[in-house]
Amino acid sequence: MVIDDRTPLVEMRNVRVAFGGVHAVEDVSINLFAGEVVGLVGGNGAGKSTLMRVLSGARPPDSGEIWIDGRQVHITNPRQAKDYGIETIYQTLALADNIDAAGNVFLGRELTDRTGTLDDDAMESATRKVMQRLNPNFKNFKVPVKSLSGGQRQSVAIARPVHFNARILIMDEPTAALGPAETAQVRDLIRQLKSEGIGIFLISHDIHDVFDLSDRISVMYHGKRVGTVNRDEVTADEILGMIIMGQAAEESAEAAATGQG
Amino acid sequence: MRSIRSALAQVVNAIRSALAPAGHATRGFLAATEIDTRLAGMIAALAVIWIGFNILSNGLFLSSRNLWNLSVQSSSIAIMATGMVLIIVSRNIDLSVGSMLGFIGYTMAMVQAMWIPTALGLGFNQPYTWIVALAIGVILGALIGGLQGFVIAYGGVPAFIVTLGGFLIWRGLIFWYAQGQTIAPMDSTYQLIGGGPAGSLGFGLSWLVGIAACLGIAYTVIMGGRRRKAYGFPVRPTWAVITIIAAGSSAVLGAVWVANNYFWPPALASQYAQANGIIEPPGGLQIPTGIAFPVLILIGVTLVMNYLATRRKFGRYVYSIGGNPDAAELGGINVRRTIVGTYAVMGILVAISAGVQTARLNAAVTNLGVQNELDVIAAAVIGGTSFSGGIGTITGAVLGAVVMQSLRSGMVLLRVDSPTQDIVVGIVLVAAVGLDAFARRRSSR
Repeated sequence: MVIDDRTPLVEMRNVRVAFGGVHAVEDVSINLFAGEVVGLVGGNGAGKSTLMRVLSGARPPDSGEIWIDGRQVHITNPRQAKDYGIETIYQTLALADNIDAAGNVFLGRELTDRTGTLDDDAMESATRKVMQRLNPNFKNFKVPVKSLSGGQRQSVAIARPVHFNARILIMDEPTAALGPAETAQVRDLIRQLKSEGIGIFLISHDIHDVFDLSDRISVMYHGKRVGTVNRDEVTADEILGMIIMGQAAEESAEAAATGQG
Repeated sequence: MRSIRSALAQVVNAIRSALAPAGHATRGFLAATEIDTRLAGMIAALAVIWIGFNILSNGLFLSSRNLWNLSVQSSSIAIMATGMVLIIVSRNIDLSVGSMLGFIGYTMAMVQAMWIPTALGLGFNQPYTWIVALAIGVILGALIGGLQGFVIAYGGVPAFIVTLGGFLIWRGLIFWYAQGQTIAPMDSTYQLIGGGPAGSLGFGLSWLVGIAACLGIAYTVIMGGRRRKAYGFPVRPTWAVITIIAAGSSAVLGAVWVANNYFWPPALASQYAQANGIIEPPGGLQIPTGIAFPVLILIGVTLVMNYLATRRKFGRYVYSIGGNPDAAELGGINVRRTIVGTYAVMGILVAISAGVQTARLNAAVTNLGVQNELDVIAAAVIGGTSFSGGIGTITGAVLGAVVMQSLRSGMVLLRVDSPTQDIVVGIVLVAAVGLDAFARRRSSR
């Protein structure tokens, strides 16, 4: 495959994160283009989530660079990441259980009127609009999200990036807690967002999810990136091999990888 | 034995079957009016306490005199409880409020009894004395509250430890100031914020405030409904809107009526009559007292704190931190600054309560505010604030303070001694939280 000469939407270069003496992420470089889904796979503790926490501003890296649209940026907190259009759906969903759906969608970015008073009605209205698209059955706008079902809570978490027009979306295990019907819904949504030109990093344990949805797949092992492969050029078994063995399955797969293989 | 048991079972069954349909109707009513069930439960509990004490005291409890006193006695703790709600909601605690109240109260007393009149040589009872003393207290409260919050949020020292330290430090500083002396008297204008016949609104102004409050309730409910309708959201049915406005207005007007039915003490009234050249009618001059200033301050504080908690970003952040600290952090909220804010607000409220208490005593004494931290925390908790964070309302905490004061005041009327009062309040505190936990477990099932 010919290497893309477009500017990547996101480029992370030589990122390192250490917790005490443990290297959670070691010298990892990775990139993402607009309208592309990059799957991030690896065993527990491989460093996928930590790498994405760097991009979402939750954990500043110990060293390394982040480039967005070809310009180097410094992201030290979640607020800044959001200003660059980076939105994250966390595995834990990161919902405040005691607050209603609209309050959670706008958490940290509340709408206010001229006096600085919260405009709850405007927030509810916007949330209703997004929900109409994501989950038309959603009706419980006035109750704390604690009392919602798993799928409904997931809808609230997904409504956030959709409402704020994310350009770069990080999804950490988006289907882990969902039933088959809801999983299908999330998959449709990923395809739809991708077609709208959003770049998506998809972290998942489910190799089939990743294989179905991704354009490229990056495999991590003990904090290092083992390799990045084009989805069309490998089999699920080969990916599984990379995850378990921690080395590229075949030279050909490695060579095919886009970016700085 | 067996017959008693079967009789009991019959009674329980009868109550259960009588309540079953009522339960459904109540639920429908609460859903339509959008009244918080927990708040409704508290009002019901308060009604039971009031009626119970009234029967036991042969009608003394629900007399205008007792209710007026109850309102004044509740206000100081209630004012602080509104701030404690925000602190407990964000998963912290403040054990220092009693000592802080003593320290700030002393400082305000020193300002008006020593520093302005003697040290600066400006004399007693200047027109500005009361406001200067209060302003210094409020600024001091914000500073030392903020300082404690800063050590908690940025220093990483647990709130329990920091405020336990504050509990000792602020109390100790009082002795540095005054070597155990009582500081008195207070400025004559300042004394009014403590309440009493002079420190009340009187007949006409009380009715005016009451009517303004009714209009305020109607305006808020109707305009809120209109805005929701404009967005096409589901709104309360008209009968529910009317019920809310009617219930709120009658509560307000009832309270004003009670306050205006409490008359000045006869001695004070005849003094007033003589001073103003009024000929006393037979049976003495009857001057309606009206709403006391501390109660007025409490109403103002409740409105402001409610707005802060539910309609400002600050309040939303406090609740989100309590609900899920990680979510708040990941949402880009400045958690530490918000925590400092809650403690600064607490300090300001402590200063206001210190003003009420020193004005009421007309002095600052060394045990000023002792044990207030426990009463304030108990009021917040009885009012439905949860120690697991994220749950609690300002109105609930105010009601909690009134419930506690009602128990104490009722027991005083029944001549129950003070240690026994403590035992009863202690049991009620634990039982209230236990019941709440039980209800929550059932509702989450």
